[in-house]
Amino acid sequence: MHDKSIAEMSAALAGREVSSEELTRHFLARIGELDGALNSFITVTPEKALEQARTADERRARGEAGPLTGIPMAHKDIFCTRGVRTSCGSRMLDNFVSPYDATVVERMSAAGMVMLGKLNMDEFAMGSSNETSYYGPVHNPWQQDHVPGGSSGGSAAAVAARLVPAATATDTGGSIRQPAALCGVTGLKPTYGRVSRYGMIAFASSLDQAGPMTRSAADAAWLLGAMAGFDERDSTCLEHPLEDYPALLDRPLQGLRIGLPREHFGEGLDAETAAAVHQALAVFEAAGATVKEISLAHSMLSVPAYYVVAPAECSSNLSRFDGVRFGYRCEEPVNLEDLYKRSRGEGFGAEVKRRILVGTYALSAGYYDAYYLKAQKVRRLIKDEFGRAFDEVDVIMGPTTPGPAFRIGEKTSDPVAMYLSDIYTIAANLAGLPALSVPAGLVNGLPVGLQMVGNYFDEGRLLGIAHRFQQETDWHRRTPPGFA
Amino acid sequence: MEWEPVIGLEIHAQLKTRSKIFSGTSTAFGAAPNTQASAVDLGLPGVLPVLNAEAVRMATMLGIAIDAEVAGRSVFARKNYFYPDLPKGYQISQYELPIVARGHLDITLGDGTTKRVGVTRAHLEEDAGKSLHEDFHGMTGIDLNRAGTPLLEIVSEPDLRSAAEAVAYMKRLHALVRYLGICDGNMQEGSFRCDANVSVRPRGREAFGTRAEIKNLNSFRFIERAINHEIERQIDLIEGGGTMIQETRLYDPERDETRPMRTKEEANDYRYFPDPDLLPVEIDRAFIEEVRATLPELPDAKAARFESAYALAAAEAAVLTGSRELADYYETAVEHSGGQAKLCANWVTGELAAALNRSERNIDDCPVGPRALGGLVARIHDGTISGKIAKQVFEAMWAGEGDADAVIESRGLRQVTDSGAIEGMVDEVIAANPEQVEQFRAGRDKVLGFFVGQVMKASGGKANPKQVNELLRKKLAG
Repeated sequence: MHDKSIAEMSAALAGREVSSEELTRHFLARIGELDGALNSFITVTPEKALEQARTADERRARGEAGPLTGIPMAHKDIFCTRGVRTSCGSRMLDNFVSPYDATVVERMSAAGMVMLGKLNMDEFAMGSSNETSYYGPVHNPWQQDHVPGGSSGGSAAAVAARLVPAATATDTGGSIRQPAALCGVTGLKPTYGRVSRYGMIAFASSLDQAGPMTRSAADAAWLLGAMAGFDERDSTCLEHPLEDYPALLDRPLQGLRIGLPREHFGEGLDAETAAAVHQALAVFEAAGATVKEISLAHSMLSVPAYYVVAPAECSSNLSRFDGVRFGYRCEEPVNLEDLYKRSRGEGFGAEVKRRILVGTYALSAGYYDAYYLKAQKVRRLIKDEFGRAFDEVDVIMGPTTPGPAFRIGEKTSDPVAMYLSDIYTIAANLAGLPALSVPAGLVNGLPVGLQMVGNYFDEGRLLGIAHRFQQETDWHRRTPPGFA
Repeated sequence: MEWEPVIGLEIHAQLKTRSKIFSGTSTAFGAAPNTQASAVDLGLPGVLPVLNAEAVRMATMLGIAIDAEVAGRSVFARKNYFYPDLPKGYQISQYELPIVARGHLDITLGDGTTKRVGVTRAHLEEDAGKSLHEDFHGMTGIDLNRAGTPLLEIVSEPDLRSAAEAVAYMKRLHALVRYLGICDGNMQEGSFRCDANVSVRPRGREAFGTRAEIKNLNSFRFIERAINHEIERQIDLIEGGGTMIQETRLYDPERDETRPMRTKEEANDYRYFPDPDLLPVEIDRAFIEEVRATLPELPDAKAARFESAYALAAAEAAVLTGSRELADYYETAVEHSGGQAKLCANWVTGELAAALNRSERNIDDCPVGPRALGGLVARIHDGTISGKIAKQVFEAMWAGEGDADAVIESRGLRQVTDSGAIEGMVDEVIAANPEQVEQFRAGRDKVLGFFVGQVMKASGGKANPKQVNELLRKKLAG
């Protein structure tokens, strides 16, 4: 049952082969049995899940079920969920029970999906390995001494291990695509503004975007359709019409123009990962697509630009965690300054503090122009460069990451090495473009991902291309040993 | 040495929108603490601001009224600092690109001349909450009802040269925002408050001296006193060989002094940057013209109309148009007085103003409404009562005894115009005072006043004075 696609589960529910309650119990049992080794969940909510499942079954009995009604899923713990702890992977919010639902959560519930719990993540989504979580690292289901990637490591690991059929995730610099690649699942970061950020705890507001993490592009199409769309509570959410993503999956690859940025195949890319990506590209060529080398020279500045913009915004976004109204407060503060210093000093982990410090510095009087403003200019150059590329090609492809998952602890002492694991993914965030990662091979038993970047609002096209690829390959059906 | 003060004001006007600037929460004043604070106002994790279009419209109104440029594109920025009543750890304000820039306001000086004061900019921002230090036993209470209330910060050029000019400017702006209906102007509740930048320089020198900023002045009286005090302090300091340091000072009305709050070195680095949660505000010509069409008549235009339409003196028209409420009151009174514009003006600026002053009331909670006052004036004009009796009637109306007609009726104050009755009283008075009759006839005209007084007294003030005069002259002439 847990290996079925969303469409298959939906059909099984519709055909009364299984009830939502049975499905929910099945996945809850798997979580109970298998997640001890992975640590992909921060909070499991069995009672709430079963209640939602029974409600879904009642809806179905009344003939009011939609295609997603009764299908279990889980949210990254960055989304506010009413009445359930929303920790954002931080000690700071370990005691925070949100009084409201994020728009994404609201829409998933409205579609009738059943929430199994909240998924582990890097603290405040800052990290590429899920090692910065206050709740401990997540283990890669393929090799458990390896990282699952981050920051949506819990989402990727849980989907890969078939503990959930689908999960929500967020991507600020690659936090959906990089863990999707390292865990062998499909992850889509939509166009900036496609999905509401309301209720999604902000890391870097101009870059953050929510998206689905699933086993296939077809499943992602179902999720995206339910979560995307205009929301008046988010001023940066766009009023662009939605497409019927699941209905548009079957598009021919004939004549598709694929661009390969030469900079994404140069120094730093693991040879076997490169080989896997080239094999994947051969699949497209065989189906009638053309492949062309392009240059994204400016996008190679995306890591330094990102590590100014994202920390700058985070330094301001995280100011609200001050121990005054909610979240962690230090014991016995002697005065206001002590309250601030110790609540924040004790409540935040090292990586979060590092970024707050960097961002505070970048915004300081006398440095703003040299750092923040300069980074925003680089961002514009990157955006324009993509614009020119899309005059020539329909989609840009390459490796999602420079290599497969690394060992837990391997890069924790070298932040820059860690930051470089997002070198191919960050540019899409800086430009606001949609991008996804699909499983494209295994290197020494670890998955690698193929990244596709599309033009604005091309989510449907990207999902279609990925779906065609998944019709020709079975990487996305491979299951980590021990999780079949 | 002769010193010249240089003053610029930063005025925070709370906009009268129904909901907050970035959330749908009510802005009503006086609710129980934290009952008007939504998830957005509390700065809960994940919440986002959505700009209130009404606040933009109100800022545009002010921009048009002060003949300023309303920016085609303005940007919200975050001003970052920590304070317990600042929920997000930053205030959403405008920094490099404000919504309104380069306007001006004309003020009338004590000598009757007009002075043009530059308005550098006006920008939209959110208010913070309040920290309550009493009643919490050494702790601080936080009330976030006010957090997110829209403010328009209006910054003047350093064009003001005395405390009196500063007050005149502030009063002018106060009247203007109330005319526009964008701010209730309630200074006690903090809806209209002011920070003053004050420096002094030797008269004739162009360069500005080092300034001090005086915070949180919330009455016209305090502003004048605080600025005057600060000017004196600065002159004394410099003349005593001291050096001004740039600092922020707080005015203490109880001690009538300013004292230092923080120096420039201690000032926060606010790390302004454009708020990524909000899009730039774009305003096109069509919107500006649409707003312009809805602007009410502004003080200068109204005063000019009063002068010509009601044949009032300039000074009278200025007083009557001092606030929109007063002007509206006056016009309603005129309408209900049968068009007695001049008499109404006398009453509104005279008896009514004095009564309001005595009872410390505003025109909008005046117990005698404009229709009632107009009715009273009509009774004076048609001769039902004399001006003197009218004051008595007005007092009764003020005390709640009803409108003019009701008071005249119930108190029996109708003027006696029956010439027979008046003649009887005149005869009696003449008969009772032969000595004065002699004096009058000997040429002492002033004695007539005595007779008038006696007759009026006999009539209980109700005799028509004109008739009394005429009859007395006729009879005394014998």
